[in-house]
Parts: sequence; structure tokens; C-alpha cells
Amino acid sequence: MSLWLILTALGLMAISGLPGALLARASPAGQWTAAVLNVCASILGGVGAFAQLLGFDEPQAIHASWALPNGRFAVGVDALSALFLLPMLLVSALGSIFGLAYWKQSEHLRTGGRLRLSWGILTAGMMLVVLARDSIVFLMAWEIMALAGFFLVATEDAKPEVRRAAFVYLVATHVGTLCLFAFFGLLRFASGTFDIWPATLGEAPSWLAGALFITGVIGFGLKAGLMPLHVWLPGAHANAPSHVSALLSGVLLKAGIYGIVRVAGLLPDPPSWWGATLLIAGSASGILGIAYAVAQHDFKRLLAYSSIENMGIIAMGIGLAMLGRTAGHPEWVVLGLTGSLLHVLNHSLFKPLLFFAAGSILHAAHTREIDSLGGLAKTMPRTFAAFVVGAIAICGLPPLNGFASEILIYAGLLRTAAGGGGSEQWVWAALAAVALAAIGALAVGCFVKLLGAVFAGAPRSPRAEHARDPGAAMLAPLACLALFCAVIGVAPAAAAGVVASAVAAWDPAAHAASDSLEALLPLSAIAAIEALLLGACLAAGLAIYRWRRIRSWIRVPTWDCGYLRTSARMQYSGSSFGQALTLLFGWALLPRRRVIAFEGPFPRPASFASEIPDAVLDRGLLPLCARGARLMARARKLQRGPVQVYLVYVLGALLALLLFSEW
Amino acid sequence: MNFLPDLFDLAMHVLLLLAMPPLLLGVINKTKAWFGGRVGPPLLQPYYDLAKLMRKDVVLSATTTWMFLAGPVVTLAAVVLAGLLVPLGRFDAPICFNGDLILFAYLFALGRFFTTAAALDTGSSFEGMGASREVTFACLAEPALFLAFLVLVKYSGALSLTRMLHAPMAHELSTLPFAPLILVGAGLFIVLLAENCRIPVDDPNTHLELTMIHEVMVLDHSGPLLGLVLYGAAIKLFVLSAVLLHVIAPFTTDLAVAAWPLFAFEMLALAAVIGVVESVMARLQMRHVPTLLVSASLLCGFGFLLMLR
Repeated sequence: MSLWLILTALGLMAISGLPGALLARASPAGQWTAAVLNVCASILGGVGAFAQLLGFDEPQAIHASWALPNGRFAVGVDALSALFLLPMLLVSALGSIFGLAYWKQSEHLRTGGRLRLSWGILTAGMMLVVLARDSIVFLMAWEIMALAGFFLVATEDAKPEVRRAAFVYLVATHVGTLCLFAFFGLLRFASGTFDIWPATLGEAPSWLAGALFITGVIGFGLKAGLMPLHVWLPGAHANAPSHVSALLSGVLLKAGIYGIVRVAGLLPDPPSWWGATLLIAGSASGILGIAYAVAQHDFKRLLAYSSIENMGIIAMGIGLAMLGRTAGHPEWVVLGLTGSLLHVLNHSLFKPLLFFAAGSILHAAHTREIDSLGGLAKTMPRTFAAFVVGAIAICGLPPLNGFASEILIYAGLLRTAAGGGGSEQWVWAALAAVALAAIGALAVGCFVKLLGAVFAGAPRSPRAEHARDPGAAMLAPLACLALFCAVIGVAPAAAAGVVASAVAAWDPAAHAASDSLEALLPLSAIAAIEALLLGACLAAGLAIYRWRRIRSWIRVPTWDCGYLRTSARMQYSGSSFGQALTLLFGWALLPRRRVIAFEGPFPRPASFASEIPDAVLDRGLLPLCARGARLMARARKLQRGPVQVYLVYVLGALLALLLFSEW
Repeated sequence: MNFLPDLFDLAMHVLLLLAMPPLLLGVINKTKAWFGGRVGPPLLQPYYDLAKLMRKDVVLSATTTWMFLAGPVVTLAAVVLAGLLVPLGRFDAPICFNGDLILFAYLFALGRFFTTAAALDTGSSFEGMGASREVTFACLAEPALFLAFLVLVKYSGALSLTRMLHAPMAHELSTLPFAPLILVGAGLFIVLLAENCRIPVDDPNTHLELTMIHEVMVLDHSGPLLGLVLYGAAIKLFVLSAVLLHVIAPFTTDLAVAAWPLFAFEMLALAAVIGVVESVMARLQMRHVPTLLVSASLLCGFGFLLMLR
């Protein structure tokens, strides 16, 4: 039953943009139809997914023959698939509501219809990815998803930077797909069948299992954006429309994570370097991702890099679960995977929240430049409130949901340190805990910077001064996501309970053998303490508010140390705030500075500019590709143009092949 | 029957946590005055200051929003809650569960988030500068703190602050792993100085806003709000000192009556030590502070290395 519900939802999603494409361009009806279809599909699919997660329905699968060679249409759903369906359905529906005001059809005649068509197809493609139970179906769904994502990123294709970002995305995603072809080919070789999830390796030799793991992690890691495979991510997220960025970051990256979780479950007893690899890659992604985020000047790029950090945290949890499998410690599996999967859910709540807030700001102030904003807390108070919730949540601070998932991963990592006798793997886990602490501290710096530079202080430009809160269609998704963040924050045990069935689907043995989650980490006690904290803060706030009526507050300008003519441009900017941290990570970020200093008795006007090029993309791959292109230019002689020449090539190639096969 | 003494200990814990912190500042200031050959302010001066601030009116910057008010309030709530997680002396903490050490560290991070956000809310460059330094140095202090916790977790095999910090006390003095404990103690002491903005990281008494960290972040707070900030900072000092004491002075007494006085005495002695450090050292240049904090991480890291055996 639940599978049919989900498949119906998938169909509705896929066609949600179609009516709009057939209607008159100027009519808003298409947009409304798409949003309504999207919300209906989400509700249907959500019911199905929850039925799986809460155990009302057995895991199901449908097999049907297909007119393709070796083809078989196989889809199925288990708790793990259902868990990844939830963010897709939620963010897709909220994003289509947000788009009603953010990407109004009347204002975007040319791009609106195409965006909604791709939006529905992307969501449907992602749903099919997690439902696919056959390698061929999986790869087709993966490709549908990747191409729909490309059209979404390229929405504003009139801008050169958008085209460039979309192209980088297209190349990256196809490199990933290539790895996945290798992965599924090897999987077919090892298991003898195209059936997947669970894919049984049988008695695969260790080199084969290792090759499977590497191709899988690279292929899926390219989609998830783990460092150094993140090259497409910042540009695509920054240049796509904001609700598309929310969908990409909140959901599309999770398709990569879904793949990694499945790959991690291939062997019941994986070699220990598998888990250690993911732990190290996760730690590196986390620290470098957030360090890059701190250094950004564009708030959407900042959020994009912060996604890389969060994917790193998720990878750490998965790595810990694999170490637990290797070392025979079921409690590591439970803590690591529960934390990791809960973080998947959490990140798909707070990151879209932040991207929607970024969209509101962009809509109101028409700039992505952090340092030309400021003072928005007073002019956009509702967006500010939602943004604060998102920022606290993404920093993993109590009492919101980010803390719930991070404490699970921490507890797992520290537990390996406490009781890791018998296996030497605990050192990796222990050092990962320290990395997670550094990530947490950097995240606070990063989001205080963003919050301070964008919302606090006085407006730095007329644009910021005249920004206003958006209408209900854009605020409602923000409020909805903020509410979910708070609910999971104060009731983490309930959320962990929902995730538990997915953990059981991944490793039933560990789930059964381990102590209950409550015994490992008393989430309900944490919830009580967090409620206490919230209560204390609210009570104190109320007391201050009442007391404010009693005493008069004197309002004066900010203390300026006696200097009387301060201006808004003299405020500490986001770049100044982040400079100390950027210097601290200068060895990795390699910032580019252009300084014209004052010189001589009659100095020219001085200037200073800095940018942080992405080390992998801008310093590594692009120069490499440019050099490659120059080399390949020599081969251009073969491309002469007339069709006859190409026919000669075809003839020659066919002859050569024929001779080769005969011989 | 065991309930009443427990209730008494709980009351003592809360009482000391709320009432004692300003006294530590008094002791530090008195020590510094003694070293400087001055009489110095009375020991209870911090209490008088707080009482005075609470009676004052508030001057608010016109640029600020609710975030500015939330700063001191949330920070105070967070550090008090963190104080309830830490065992004082040989007594258990009122709140104790597996993994509470993570909550402990993150409560401080929550306080830092709100303090720095409130500082930026004024739009002042000075406050921005202080906030920037605060978050930067925290990025170096946090790994040091976790490395220290890792050593203690490895030593005790426990994930709660109470059991973890009581482990050195529970063992015979001669069986203690002295080397890691000394290294961790030194690392934690640096973290304590940095987190509480004492010399050599920050000088609470300096007169130049440009060189400050914590004091400059709260330039615009006045009256009761400033009182809350100062009180919260004192509690933070108290809480981190209580953690450090378990590592550097794992002594206990069998005499039930003497246990609380022993703890109070140890705390005052530690405050005096901080006063001595502040008297004999100058504040480091701001660009050298990261080096100091990295060395704290290294100290704890070497302690961790010793636990690998």
C-alpha cells in the first residue's frame, strides 16, 4: 500500500510542471497548479513514507519486465528509502510554495515554466533513485535527476556566471555517473545480478570489494559534495534561484549520502580502512568546508560551503557505523548511523530554511554581497527571527535539532574512545571527535559573521535600508521549517525513534544486539534540560520585557569612543570579522589579495581587495583543463567540417573493427 | 534516609554556584593588588559592583534589537546550566547522564553565539573586533578542551562529567597516570585563562578598547544588563575552575563535614594562583595568542598520546 502511495506521489510530482507548460505564459494558473500538485503529492508520499518508518507497513517491492535488454523494472521501499523520501517531499512542496512569490510567473515569463517542469522532474527523479531496486533503473533515475538539476541550475541562463556554474555541475555530475557505471558494473560482476539493495557480494575477493567501495564513494561523494569532490557545489548553489538552492542543498546532496549509506552496507564485515576513510574524509570536509564558508563574501556561497561541512559530519557518522561493524561494537553502529541519518533530516530542515531566508534577502535587497547589507533585523524582523533559528540549529547548539544529531555522533565517537579496547580503530574516532569540536566552534564563528554582517548594526547601503519582509507565501515555508527545527530540538527521542527503523533496515543485527538508544544516550534527559534552558531564557526575557515598562530605556547612539561622525560604512564588516579565522586557515584557503598601499609623500588612492578562490576548482582543475584544452587543440585538425570527411572516418572505423573482430 | 544529605549537597551546589563566583574575582584582584604593593579593593567589591549595577538605569544603543537583550540573558542561563553539570569537589553534579560533557561544551558555545551576536548588534567596530577575536580563539580552545576530555574519557571509561572527573579522585594517588594528568591540567589551565579572558590572553583591566576581547564586546551593555554579563562571566570562571580542580587537585577527604570547605578552599587557592599568573605575566600580543592556544591543544594532544599505550 505504502509503495503505491509513494509511486502515485512520484507520478504527480513528475507532471506537476506540465499544465503550466501548456497554459498561456502570462497566466499564473500554471504556477498555482504546480504548487497544489506538489503539496498533494507530498502529503500522499509522506503518508506512505511514515507508514514505512513507523512500521505500519512491510517493506515492499514491485518487479515488472521491461522492453530493454537485460531490463527489469524493479522498485521497492524500505525504511531507509522512506527516510530519505521525507526531505524530498517536504522541501519540494515548501519550495514550490516559496516560488509562488519568489519566482512569480508574471515576472519570469521566459524561465518560470521551465523551472517548474524541471522542479517536478528533479523531485520525481530523486524519489525514483531511492526507490530503485535494479541497477539499470537506478542509473536512469540518477541521470534524470542529474539533468533536471542541470536545467534548474541554469534557470537564469542569460548570465555568464550561471552558465559556467551549470557547466561545471554538468561535468562533475557526469564524472560521478561514470564512476557509478563502474560501480554497478563491478557489482554485477561480483553478485551476478542487477538486483540491488540489499546487494549481496557473495565471496567477492578483497580487491573487488575495495574497488566497489572506492568507485561508490567517489561516484556518490561527487553528488554529496564531500571535499575534494565538491567542485560543482558552491557555484551551482550560489547561482541557482534561492528555492532551487534550497532543494539542491537540502535534498539533492542527500541522494549522494543515500548512495554512500548503501555502499557502506555492502559488506557485513567491512575492512577497517573503509570506516577510517569515511571518518577522515568527513573530518576534512567538515573543517575545510566551514573554513571556506567563513571566508566567503557571498552569502549563498557561504551557505553552500556550509553544506559541504554538514555532509562531512554525516560522513563521519557513517564512518563510525562502519568501524562499529568491523570491530563488532553494535552500539557504535547505532549511535553513528542514528546521528548521521538524523543529521540528514535536520540538515534538510535548517539548510532550506537558511536558503529561503537568503532568498527573502535577495528578493528584498537585490544583492548577495554580505558586506553591502546590514541592519536587516529591524527592517525584516520575521526573516531575522527565522534566520536566528536556522543559524542556531546549523551550529549544532542546544536546544535545537542540530544539537540532537551532533551529540549522537559525538557520543558514538567518544564511546569508542572510552571502551574501544580490542581494536585500534578508536584513535580515528577519537581524533574525529576533536575535529567535530573544531567544526562546531568554526560554525559558530561563520554564522555569527553572517548574522552580524547581514542583520545586525546599521544598513550599509540604500538597498539594505529599503529591504522589507516578504509576503506570506515566502514567510510560511520559513515558519514551517523553523517550527520543525524546534520540535525535533525539544523532542529528539521521538525523531531518533523514527530514524531507528532506518538503522534497523541498514543493519538489523546491530540494531538488535545493541543497547537501546536511551541507554546509550539519554535523549529524553537532554530534552528535559533543553526545555529547562528554553524556559529559563523565556522567563528571563519576559521579566526584562515587563521591567522595561517600569523603567524607561534611554536610547542613544552606539558608543563610539568619543568620535562623533561615525557612518554605517565604518562598522565592522563581515570580511573584517572573518579575517582572523581566514588567516588561521590561510594555509588551506590561499586567499588572493590585491593591495595598493599608500606610498610616498603624495600617495595615490589606496585599495584592498581579497577573494578566496576554491583551491580544487579554481587553482587545480580549471588550469589543468585549460592546459588540456590547449593540447587537444592540435587534434582539431581532424575536425574539418564536411560530412564526407566524417563518413570516411566512420567507414575507416567500421572496417578496422571488422578486421579486429575477424582477427 | 540518604535523601536529606543529598538534598543538602544539592542546595550547597546551587548556592556555591550562584553565590561564590564574584568572590573568586575578588580574590584574584586582591592577589594582584598585593603583588603590586597596593591595598586593593575589598574582597567583596565584585558583589558591591553587581548590586550597584542592578540598581542603575539602562542606556541602550538605538541600533540594537532584541538580540542585544538576549545576549546576556541566554549566556547567563547557559553557564548556570553548565554549572549544574559539573561535579563540585567530591560531590556528584545535580544533573548527570552519559554524554553530558558534550552538552557542557555546547552550552558555552551557545553563550558565545549570543554574546558575539549581541556585540555585533550594536554595529560598533570595537565590539565587532572583540567578537571576532572571541570566536577565533574559541576555534583553538575548543579542540584543546575536547582533547583534554578525551584523555579523561579514556582514563575513566565514562562519558559523564561526574564519573569522568571523579576518576582521578577514586584511585590511589600512587596509581594515577601523572604525566597525562599534568599535561591535561596545564592545557586546561590555558583554556581556562583564554575562555575567561584573563592575562595573558586578555586583560580585564586594560584601558584601550582596541586590545580587549571580552570587555570590548560588552561596551554598550549598561546597568543591569552589564551586571548580568559580569555575573555570567564570573560563573563561567567558577565552572571551568571547578573542572580544572578535578585534574590538578584530585584530593578528597573522608570527613563529611570538611568536604565542602575543602572544595571552597581549593577554589579560592586556584583563584589566588590565577591572580599570581596575572601579576607576574604581561598580556601577550594579540597575534601570539593563537600560538598559546595551539600549545594548549598540543599539551592535551601529548597527554592523549600517552594514553595510547
